[in-house]
Amino acid sequence: MQLQTQTRPKVISVQVMEDRIDAATAIQFKERMRDIASTGDQRMVLDLARVQFLDSSGLGAIVAVKKLLGPDRMLELSSLTPTVEKVFRLTRMDSIFTIHPSLEAAVSHATSA
Amino acid sequence: MQPAHDPFTRADTHDLVIRAEPSSVRAALQRITTAVPVCNLSGDQRGTVELVLAEVLNNVAEHAYADAAGHVAVTVALIPDGLACEVMDEGAAMPDGQLPEGRLPEGDLPEGGFGWHLIRSLTCDLAYRRQRGSNRLSFVILLGEA
Repeated sequence: MQLQTQTRPKVISVQVMEDRIDAATAIQFKERMRDIASTGDQRMVLDLARVQFLDSSGLGAIVAVKKLLGPDRMLELSSLTPTVEKVFRLTRMDSIFTIHPSLEAAVSHATSA
Repeated sequence: MQPAHDPFTRADTHDLVIRAEPSSVRAALQRITTAVPVCNLSGDQRGTVELVLAEVLNNVAEHAYADAAGHVAVTVALIPDGLACEVMDEGAAMPDGQLPEGRLPEGDLPEGGFGWHLIRSLTCDLAYRRQRGSNRLSFVILLGEA
């Protein structure tokens, strides 16, 4: 599971470099995200621009990451592709996460907050 | 007398047998979505097909076989209403012989329980039969806007 991380004073952004987060990779994704989260206490943005496919295991892993950050630390999402967006919408998880159209929008939102 | 209509006897049917574990499921999804008839659908429709079949096949791997070894057979055929699918395995039966209702999980941040909700949201004509030690699940994936 390739994740590319960029750390700024107010936000850690993580770009998923894989085209899917599914049952085969969900646990690995969660562990890598936990490691990245432990490097700071900034809010986090997860960019899903390259992710063409997310199943319920992948969704569960993203929810688990939000949970491990705790109530005071934000996890926001950016750049949902159509099938990924559908999974968030049908499970109503789009009401739990703030979703930005692009990573740039997410980062500028985070740095101005 | 006309035989009962069976969509899976048509020419544009795709079927395969795989091992029920996550990396084989992933490979199977790749094959199904890049072969006739699914490869001729729109990108959005292929995404829906991949999502429903991923949920169904991963359920077989995780629950019917409970991570033990086993095989699962998938057949898909395009019909006017959508993509008719049949999935067979020889794992454990559904609890109480019933399909889960697929209600969205309760609580603030549920990490699981989304699978059957997605399947039920994107399919119709779901039917389950337990027969001679095997599970047979059939459904039609709706290919309109969802």
